[in-house]
Amino acid sequence: MTAKVSYGSVEVGTELPAQSFPVTRATLVQYAGASGDFNPIHWNEKFAREVGLPDVIAHGMFTMAEAIRVVTDWAGDPGAVVDYGVRFTKPVVVPNDDKGALIEVSGKVAAKLDDHLVRVDLVAMCDGKKVLGMSRAVVRLA
Amino acid sequence: MALDQSFVGRTYPPTPAYEVGREKIREFAEAVGDTHPAYVDVDAARALGHADVIAPPTFVFSITYRAAGEVVQDPQLGLDYSRVVHGDQKFSYVRPVRAGDRLTVTSTIESIKSLAGNDVIDIRGDVHDEAGELVVTALTKLVARAAEEA
Repeated sequence: MTAKVSYGSVEVGTELPAQSFPVTRATLVQYAGASGDFNPIHWNEKFAREVGLPDVIAHGMFTMAEAIRVVTDWAGDPGAVVDYGVRFTKPVVVPNDDKGALIEVSGKVAAKLDDHLVRVDLVAMCDGKKVLGMSRAVVRLA
Repeated sequence: MALDQSFVGRTYPPTPAYEVGREKIREFAEAVGDTHPAYVDVDAARALGHADVIAPPTFVFSITYRAAGEVVQDPQLGLDYSRVVHGDQKFSYVRPVRAGDRLTVTSTIESIKSLAGNDVIDIRGDVHDEAGELVVTALTKLVARAAEEA
């Protein structure tokens, strides 16, 4: 495990580079295939509405996969992630157009722990709403 | 209907081994749009100290969720799977999952609660490699929404 960011170079409050992740219906079909999660709420509008959703929604695990990229791209080694957890608070609604939705993720160092570990708190927003809660990762820095 | 509390602490037998393939990792990384070289380039992964290409952090969910599915669909538990949504997800890694791993999942029901008519169940999936070493633990909170009043 070889993170590219040194523990000594970060402070509580250090901001990680924010990133935006576009998601369209095509993204969801591709993610369904790769992950094996074929729940129709992620690709079938009729089904989604029948179960009370406003439209097709993204897989929560897709959003979780995108959010951690802010940490792994910053740390340099995805294998440096020691803990990662989220709460799925609001769905990412993905309309059937060429724009889809945009997941915006920011993060900052919330605590410096022992053993070169830091806790990063992430914020993931879509359409002005927080789509993940309690979104935290612990990563081992160099 | 409240779920049977006697299921708390129940551990299910380990799943058959899932062999992690390089191309499956590549497919997953492409699906989430992640171009990190450690997922696709063995040399890049080795330069970071890994034995082979590694999987993105959430990759292992595909394996643990399938194992958790067997738990929640246990007919004796009586959970209405059609009403289940994913509440929380957490992973604790001993090391990253990598190509060539043969992983088994042992699922345990950690807790069962009833909150505002919803059944809330916490399932722990301990993922071990072929040598029996723990690789990652997945904690999955599932919420079965209360059925509408008839």
